[in-house]
Amino acid sequence: MSFTNDQLERYSRHIILKEVGVKGQKKLLKSKVLIIGTGGLGAPAAMFLAAAGVGTIGLVDSDNVELSNLQRQIIHLTKDVGKPKVVSGQETINEMNPDVNVVTYQEWVSSANIIGIIKDQDYDFIIDGTDNFPAKFLINDACVLTEKPFSHAGIIRFHGQTMTYVPGQGPCYRCIFKNPPPPDAVPTCKQAGVLGVMGGIIGTIQATEAIKYVLGIGELLTGQLLTYDALDMDFRKIKLPLVKDCPVCGESAKIKELIDYEGAVCELKQN
Amino acid sequence: MKIIVNGNEVVLDKEVVVKELLDKQKVSMQQYVTVQVYDDIISRDDFEKIALKEGDSVEFLYFMGGGAQ
Repeated sequence: MSFTNDQLERYSRHIILKEVGVKGQKKLLKSKVLIIGTGGLGAPAAMFLAAAGVGTIGLVDSDNVELSNLQRQIIHLTKDVGKPKVVSGQETINEMNPDVNVVTYQEWVSSANIIGIIKDQDYDFIIDGTDNFPAKFLINDACVLTEKPFSHAGIIRFHGQTMTYVPGQGPCYRCIFKNPPPPDAVPTCKQAGVLGVMGGIIGTIQATEAIKYVLGIGELLTGQLLTYDALDMDFRKIKLPLVKDCPVCGESAKIKELIDYEGAVCELKQN
Repeated sequence: MKIIVNGNEVVLDKEVVVKELLDKQKVSMQQYVTVQVYDDIISRDDFEKIALKEGDSVEFLYFMGGGAQ
């Protein structure tokens, strides 16, 4: 594969970086990243990965664009209201960068389809941009069982957090959070609110992790939870332990099949 | 005694168990907080049993959704 003149110019700021170079840019163009949820986190992640020249981007989302999404889901435009989010996302990416092949899955992930979606293009890296715990645990377990790296993230109000799982290199989401909270226990995102930029900051960090993983450079957020408080403008990295008896990634793991948890909640009240 | 909670120093007038620390720090919905002391994730069943010691480093980790929707 050789670059066209347009590609050399488009990616020139990458190519000049010694950590990327021509070789790294080729890796990006050959890479495949699956983004589950085309919302607050997935939108900026998808846009930066598209701009970076990630060759294949999968978008998973069953929803249509709503006016209330546009305060933070920057891949969707006012004219897209009512359109499936994956279609709107695909159109924006196509306009941004013709090098990117966008694969759309207009569905919610469940135990019935997630492995098929991950295997559809044999994605290299998965980004969890979902808003609910059943999906977050499902993505974690599916990535552990299929040995795929993924980036977890959550945002609420002025808070965000993210961690990266790489098989065999650190704890998974379930090591730390065990099981989803009961569905009716906490207020939903809609009730709690979120500052629009939170997804931009945390989703862009998720995209950074995907790019670093593909390029094999730097230190990933494996075994670390990065938390962000926008009001205090405080980033913290919390070192996480590897849990030997984790039910899905531990030495004698009991979870061998995916679980569909009930309910849709999205946050715990922060103190 | 002094312990570190989420990176900040907290001064306690006596030894407390995890549950008492959560109360003192006014953490609501405690059944949904993951508590890490150094390299151990503390089981919720042990919140009333595990006592914190001088200098312990404690993290409260929260469920956080958000994203699509």
